[in-house]
Amino acid sequence: MEGKTSNEVFNREKAEATVKELRQSFRAGKTKTYEWRAAQLEGIARLIKEKESEITQALRSDLAKPEMESYLHEISLAKSACLFALKNLKKWMKPEKVPAAITTFPSSAQIVSEPLGVVLVISAWNYPFLLSIDPVIGAIVAGNAVVLKPSEIAPATSELFAKILPEYVDSSSIKVVEGGVPETTALLEQKWDKIFYTGNGKVGRIVMAAAAKNLTPVSLELGGKSPVLVDSDVNLKVAVKRIAVGKWGCNNGQACIAPDYIITTKSFAPQLVEALKVTLERFYGKNPLESADLSRIVNLNHFKHLTDMLDEENVSDKIVCGGQTDEKQLKIAPTLLLDVPHDSLIMKNEIFGPLLPIVTVDKLEDSFEIINSMSKPLAAYVFTKNKKLEQEFLSNVSAGGILVNDVALHLANLYLPFGGVGESGIGAYHGKFSFDAFSHKKAVLSRGFAGEAGARYPPYTPEKQWILKGLINGSIVALFLALFKRF
Amino acid sequence: MALITGKKCGDEEMGALGLETEVAEARTTFDSGKTKGFEWRKSQLEALLRLLQEKEEDMLKVLKEDLGKHRVEAYRDEVGALTKSVDNALLNLKKWMAPEKVSLPLVAVPTVAEIVPEPLGVVLVMSSWNFPIGLSLEPMIGAIAAGNAAILKPSELAPATSEFLAVEVPKYLDCEAIKVIQGGPQVAEQLLDLKWDKIFFTGSAQVGRIVMTAAAKHLTPVTLELGGKCPAIFDSLKSSRDQRMAVGRVAGAKWGSCLGQACIGIDYLLVTDEYAPTLIELLKGVIKEFFSNSEHLARIVNKHHFQRLCNLLQDESVAASLVHGGSVNAEELFIEPTILLNPPLDKEIMTEEIFGPLLPIITLKKIEDSIEFLRARPKPLVIYAFTHDEKFKQRIVDDTSSGCVMFNDTLIQYLCDTIPFGGVGQSGFGQYHGKFSFDNFSNRKPVGRRNFLIEFSFRYPPWNEKKLQLLRHIYRFDYIGFVLCFLGLKR
Repeated sequence: MEGKTSNEVFNREKAEATVKELRQSFRAGKTKTYEWRAAQLEGIARLIKEKESEITQALRSDLAKPEMESYLHEISLAKSACLFALKNLKKWMKPEKVPAAITTFPSSAQIVSEPLGVVLVISAWNYPFLLSIDPVIGAIVAGNAVVLKPSEIAPATSELFAKILPEYVDSSSIKVVEGGVPETTALLEQKWDKIFYTGNGKVGRIVMAAAAKNLTPVSLELGGKSPVLVDSDVNLKVAVKRIAVGKWGCNNGQACIAPDYIITTKSFAPQLVEALKVTLERFYGKNPLESADLSRIVNLNHFKHLTDMLDEENVSDKIVCGGQTDEKQLKIAPTLLLDVPHDSLIMKNEIFGPLLPIVTVDKLEDSFEIINSMSKPLAAYVFTKNKKLEQEFLSNVSAGGILVNDVALHLANLYLPFGGVGESGIGAYHGKFSFDAFSHKKAVLSRGFAGEAGARYPPYTPEKQWILKGLINGSIVALFLALFKRF
Repeated sequence: MALITGKKCGDEEMGALGLETEVAEARTTFDSGKTKGFEWRKSQLEALLRLLQEKEEDMLKVLKEDLGKHRVEAYRDEVGALTKSVDNALLNLKKWMAPEKVSLPLVAVPTVAEIVPEPLGVVLVMSSWNFPIGLSLEPMIGAIAAGNAAILKPSELAPATSEFLAVEVPKYLDCEAIKVIQGGPQVAEQLLDLKWDKIFFTGSAQVGRIVMTAAAKHLTPVTLELGGKCPAIFDSLKSSRDQRMAVGRVAGAKWGSCLGQACIGIDYLLVTDEYAPTLIELLKGVIKEFFSNSEHLARIVNKHHFQRLCNLLQDESVAASLVHGGSVNAEELFIEPTILLNPPLDKEIMTEEIFGPLLPIITLKKIEDSIEFLRARPKPLVIYAFTHDEKFKQRIVDDTSSGCVMFNDTLIQYLCDTIPFGGVGQSGFGQYHGKFSFDNFSNRKPVGRRNFLIEFSFRYPPWNEKKLQLLRHIYRFDYIGFVLCFLGLKR
């Protein structure tokens, strides 16, 4: 599909036609075979390998993303998702035999994974390559036909997908539709077998409401304010480096699992701030606005969202490091703030940028109240050597994922489900969880005519009730009677 | 203990304030951490078991009152099934609650990780009228086992059962965390306006849409257990013994369970032109054998549904296809087992879920045509097939889609705790029973741990080519390459 021109607007008719074509493709059984799925995954793996520099270039254009980040966070993660799926595809596709119950003896049972059908993947702008290709890989590996709608806020990457994806995959079953709100609305009006959305809660609600009209299941990968609890007993140098790379080394804070704010004790805060300052200078130099290792802010809208937070009264005077901004270049330096008011914009909304408020408490146990007063985040972090505090954190904090003594890493582990809870989302993916997210797990139960429990049928008698009771409770005696007693 | 009794079923507002207060109390209780511990969950499940045992007679009585179910049917389908589920949950609770260890890739070393299940919080269970005790308490078992506070809204269309639950549940279970709120559509609407951590709904697709739309406002995850037209494919079976048994199972699934008002009941049969007459004769025989005494059959739930079913038969071409039964008793809300042969496919009886004792038999040239027939229609909760042909069975599994596929029997998939129970497409999404219930009401939270001992400096800016190279090796799990590169012996 070429980039759209003014007379090729993607409207409802086009959306209908697209879904119809995919449905035909799906009904023909094309996408269900192992061969097809493997071929698509191999195609994507080739795409990632051959077009690595184009991808890096697009990411630089959209976000001024440093090459290292493009490699670390997008390309390599996409590659490993692809290869992991290829390696496990056969295994995942196999039906899972499960024990049948004594109540249904004699019977055999299995769970068969089947594709949901025709699915829609709506991607986000901050990791525009990864967050597009990763769910698409999941859709493919589960045997679905899929439409990808990349974010229009990352136009270079969106255009890249539209141009190159058809060269590497079966474009009768995998399509890219570019566009903004009108195109997305047209797509959402169609009937899908699953919708996978990555983005914010506001649009997430719109997606789910649209899905409700067709009883379409959804996965929503949203965000939240990911807290970082820092104890004073940690190896400060290492902790601070990990926090810093998780915050500013991830698209300059524009990441759903980037640390949003820190909580630490009043007494430890000064040390923490100093350590952060030292690390920031080591990473980004004395003039961070000029560092090539920092992404820029994605657009003016988002830039203003961040500067509004900084400029708020009683907040701007809490800056203890950084604060420099450059509107023309859309750059904001790593900024630390200390003890901003709890009802300030920066503490009420997901920051999604290079601002890091530090909230202080008298003792760390007080932090749980603060964390739980906000909606459940996608990730929550705690730095401590104290096992008791660690356990309390795990028990008291509900989040999509928790990492102790590091930040963001869990997203790279393909054996861990990646997803939110509450406001941070519905559903999970990565690794086999991606396969599961786009599959229907069909129970298949098989019986013969060897054993028949006459007790199941009317006319009912107390004796039958007695046998049924025993049978349901797994009694062998009742089973025996059930099978052999003639009524 | 506060009792929520004295509330008559019907569409009166509970008093918005009363309702919100109850839910708020449940939330406070959940936030206190009370419901999270193993002991609490175990005690609630044990209490539920006692309720099922001690109040068995009362349960059978209200099911008779609301739906005319014979006590054996009521025990088999609801009370007994629940007992099995609670036993299973008690047996496995510790195992289900235990964190699951997970393996990890090199870059994360030395990290350990596990998946820890945690409750979602305060959940809403909205139940249906046809298995009003079973479909209320089965999801509740999952909610409780997973450590949530839970509010149950039973269906007002089964008023005796609703009242029973509202009175008895608070006597056995912790009423600060587990509540029953009675009422009709207005109460349901009020409940749906509130913020829940999960909504579990059993009922029609129409209301399912309303529930999901309301849930979208709060990004609340939902499970929708809906229905559909569940077909039974009837292939030619060799022995007459097998045939007789199969027909018995079909009859049991069509009329023996809530008089056909069951989401997994058989809606219609698919059979060859050739075999249809034999099948009809066999069915008539079995109907006589099992159901001569209408006391062994349930009743239509209310006048509205009774009228709806009668209307299905009004159409001339549908009435003409009647081959057995058809008589109705408005006072008793009873419709006898009725068989129709090839009613027109465009009439309501074949386009909408019947949910009653009318059994259309649709004939095909050959039995394999049933697959195309089903593919052209919305995905049902279950596809039944009676056949010995292994190839045909495989085709059914591969080429059709449904919540479940059941070969050579009916209904008993409901009792099997090892397989997921739920729909797909128009029949819903989300699954439960056994551990699937526990997972349905849990957040499976990954937890990763690192220590400070080993640190890879190439994780951090400022970036350079060397760091990029090291990472390339790591991501390809090329340990040797990594070591060489690290030592500066390789580019």
